[in-house]
Amino acid sequence: MKKMIAKSVASLTVAACLSGAAIAGDNPNDPAEGWNRAMFSVNEVLDTAIAKPVAQGYDYVTPLPVKAVVGNFFSNIADLMIGANNLLQGKPSDAFNDWGRVLVNTTIGIGGAFDVASEMGLDKHYEDFGQTMAVWGAGEGAYLFWPVIGPRTVRDTAGFVVDSYTDPVWYIYPVDVRNTLVGVRYIDQRAALLPTDKIIEEGATDKYAYIRDAYLQHRRNAVYDGNPPREAALPNGKAPVELQSTPGSGRGAK
Amino acid sequence: MKQLFSLLAGVFLLAGNAFSADEAPDVLVKRVTEEVLTIVRTDKDIQSGNSKKAIELVETKVLPHFNFLRMTSLAVGKDWNKASPEQKKRLAKEFETLLVRTYSNALTAYKSQTIVYKPLKMQPGDTDVLVRTEIRQPGQQAVQLDYGVEKQDNGAWKVYDVVVAGISLVTNYRETFAQEVRNGGIDGLITTLADKNKQVDAKNEKKS
Repeated sequence: MKKMIAKSVASLTVAACLSGAAIAGDNPNDPAEGWNRAMFSVNEVLDTAIAKPVAQGYDYVTPLPVKAVVGNFFSNIADLMIGANNLLQGKPSDAFNDWGRVLVNTTIGIGGAFDVASEMGLDKHYEDFGQTMAVWGAGEGAYLFWPVIGPRTVRDTAGFVVDSYTDPVWYIYPVDVRNTLVGVRYIDQRAALLPTDKIIEEGATDKYAYIRDAYLQHRRNAVYDGNPPREAALPNGKAPVELQSTPGSGRGAK
Repeated sequence: MKQLFSLLAGVFLLAGNAFSADEAPDVLVKRVTEEVLTIVRTDKDIQSGNSKKAIELVETKVLPHFNFLRMTSLAVGKDWNKASPEQKKRLAKEFETLLVRTYSNALTAYKSQTIVYKPLKMQPGDTDVLVRTEIRQPGQQAVQLDYGVEKQDNGAWKVYDVVVAGISLVTNYRETFAQEVRNGGIDGLITTLADKNKQVDAKNEKKS
């Protein structure tokens, strides 16, 4: 068994190097393209064989209200660290908004099953440690594609490690309850992505590159809280449109 | 009396024209989105995933308000100037097919959505604005859906960019297209797009 794993790892590495040589990354934004494309193929196999069918099954059998409850439950737990990250990014009012959400949703929202806070006007935010490091001035680094967790830049990979260590779900005891919750959350998140599968499948001429560029755009947008500086240097000689934005300042400007 | 009527009709016609030419960009986006969504919500075929019908809907309702030549130039980026006028036309046509499909897939992907229209930030005299909307769905993260809209020479506003969750459906192609042009020139890119369109058409044809 061990030998088999060693062998498949070896052949994977060889395949990665070969395809790396074949494509010879001429894209400055993707220096690890050869390796990434190999990992992307591995992930495609895993996703088609396991994650996607399970997510489709979950999506099919679960009534909408139940899905909403599951989504709200994990969203409520996540708000705790989203608030912490907002504080670290120098946005205390957003942080208190997020913790207010936890307070409201855990009590009135019955353990986070219902998102009462949103209806009260406490908006949901999305923050993680990768974004916090970006606000502190860290560049994104090379783009990497990981099996199972998917795309992350170097900075967001480091952020993901910190997020996982500070993720309350990983500290739930007993271990089998924790594992079930982690599994359900993964499937819930995969199911939320099901509608985008068709968009990518029918829209991308190169699926790997389409996902890479979408991920990078999406993360830049997240760092600026949905208000990134708009595209500079438009062709046809139009003056570039530049909105005054600094990372993390977007929400305040709203 | 008859004269009065024709006069009135004339006034209304004029007013109607003036209205459509002056329709503010956010009003335009809202009107077209609501028109399309009303149909999406009531049409059983579209809801059960009939791509052909969804594409027809986007083509008739949305297409007239999109500036495809501009979108294609943005997607192609700096290589755009290398293309001959004839190549530009073919490129824009293939990209139109691709983007209409992507956009109609995005529109029909969310079944129980409500759209929130955000207040428009626009100075008098602006000719390029971002109209911001948000797709809200129960139990899920709201999805940002923004439109880059530009004033044309005739006074009408046209969409040149669609941005979903911070991802521009237009400029997301720039790296891929640049790679295609490096590999096979502008004609290579046109062939790749045409092949992709044919392949998806054939697949959808088989399904419906």
